[in-house]
Amino acid sequence: MDYPAKISRQVSAVPRSGIRDFFDLVQGRDEVISLGVGEPDYSAPWHIREAAIYSLERGHTSYTSNLGLMSLRRRIADYVGSFFGVQYDPSSEVLVTVGVSEALDLALRALINPGDEVVYHEPCYVSYMPGTVMAHGVPVPVATRKRDDFSLKPEALAGVLTPSSRVLILNFPTNPTGGIASGEDLAGIARLCVEHDLIVISDEIYSELRYDDEAHVSIASLPGMRERTILLHGFSKAFAMTGFRLGYACAPAPLLDAMMKIHQYSMLCAPVTSQAAALEALENGAASMERMRESYHERRDFVVRRLNGIGMECHSPGGAFYVFPDIRSFGLSSAEFAMGLLEAENVAAVPGDAFGASGEGFLRCCYATAFDQLKKALERIERYVGTLESP
Amino acid sequence: MSNHSLLKLLRRNGRSSDAELAERVSLSADEVRAQIAAWEADGTVLGYEAVVDSAKTGQAVVVGIIEVKLTPEREGGFDRLAARISKFDQVLSCYLMSGGYDLLIVVEGEDLMEVARFVSEKLSTMEGVLSTATHFRLKTYKENGFAFGGDEDPERLPVAP
Repeated sequence: MDYPAKISRQVSAVPRSGIRDFFDLVQGRDEVISLGVGEPDYSAPWHIREAAIYSLERGHTSYTSNLGLMSLRRRIADYVGSFFGVQYDPSSEVLVTVGVSEALDLALRALINPGDEVVYHEPCYVSYMPGTVMAHGVPVPVATRKRDDFSLKPEALAGVLTPSSRVLILNFPTNPTGGIASGEDLAGIARLCVEHDLIVISDEIYSELRYDDEAHVSIASLPGMRERTILLHGFSKAFAMTGFRLGYACAPAPLLDAMMKIHQYSMLCAPVTSQAAALEALENGAASMERMRESYHERRDFVVRRLNGIGMECHSPGGAFYVFPDIRSFGLSSAEFAMGLLEAENVAAVPGDAFGASGEGFLRCCYATAFDQLKKALERIERYVGTLESP
Repeated sequence: MSNHSLLKLLRRNGRSSDAELAERVSLSADEVRAQIAAWEADGTVLGYEAVVDSAKTGQAVVVGIIEVKLTPEREGGFDRLAARISKFDQVLSCYLMSGGYDLLIVVEGEDLMEVARFVSEKLSTMEGVLSTATHFRLKTYKENGFAFGGDEDPERLPVAP
């Protein structure tokens, strides 16, 4: 059988994930300290896990409404209203999904006609390009730069917009850079979106994980933006609930309806046990979330200080739990550097080019790792960098 | 990072060196040393201890948790009696409580008899002590935030997007 010929062109066009390749290399090794994860090092807080157990005990194992439990959607609308400052109607403007990943896929499929251009800032999360291609869109990355702390500059965005531009994906704070957008940049971006009649898919999964005492601002809260924004958020990062697979989309009803059409035929509904856990997270999770956030903050400061001391220049990222040091001065590609580090010192960090071509020359290090492990990892990185600098 | 974070870390791991603490709160080791010295001097930090699973030491320890009812005194209420009781070496902790009794004290001894003797000879004979109810600890599951036996580390992918 000629299997490749049986696979759709859309799927064939998507290259294998760079992260996947690196994963296979790391998988076979023992004693690796991994800075390569994209999730908290915590289990979900016990009261959240306990709520999931209780929901199972009571026999809550059926489908829910396609949109998600009404009690959860109400809570989400309240939370989004107070945290992001944007009001949504829980009966028609909130959709509970299987992680933000599903919500992103729904949004892309709901919005794109073949040939439509989807613009996103890069380096970026690994699914934006493949998700766009599989939805028959044309991916248009805009490179962000270290000297801008990886914020998206409106001038750079304006440079790639064409009459075919239809969707802009934003992700602040950003995986993999930890970058955030300044209020000024965000306002400039919003103006361009209105001018070019773009729909914004704003993936704000890291929005609670902000440091430096600045509040998170959602583009949906800016003038004229609510009507053209699909706000994506979820429970994975701030509540350490990645395996629960629970996210949500908030958007004007006509946009949400279109996403719902796909969701009801593909996913039907998000898992009910996870919805029960999410309800508990929103009702009682603020304190445990804050404890985790403080601990990330502490680790961020440590890692940034150490990396800069070693000569791996990096900005102090305003959010998420990643640092994105510049390794260009060592004369190696990201992949060479990461492979060398893995082989010499058993430390795994993801090569920046796994997050798009503009990530080349950088390394993503996740600091959601136990502090003593982090310390050990940095000692090993320092030793490795020492061998590179010697003739 | 604030002194508040430093105190939290110190409470959780009093054995951390000044340098280790400094790394975590973004202060210098000298600043950490000075702050801790100030806390020790003003009585904010009273001491440091290890949380020990006595089942693993091979040395039996009997812990009695005792509810005590007192007659309050016209001046000072319960304070003078509580201070007297606290002075015994066997008393690890002593708290004034709301509810059905006045003091909750935690007493440690090598065997049952030692704790019983303390209660019958020292505690209940003290003037002002109206009654006592002694409970013996059978097993420890968690103490001062540390789980005994501990949880397994759940498996995580080494690399994830």
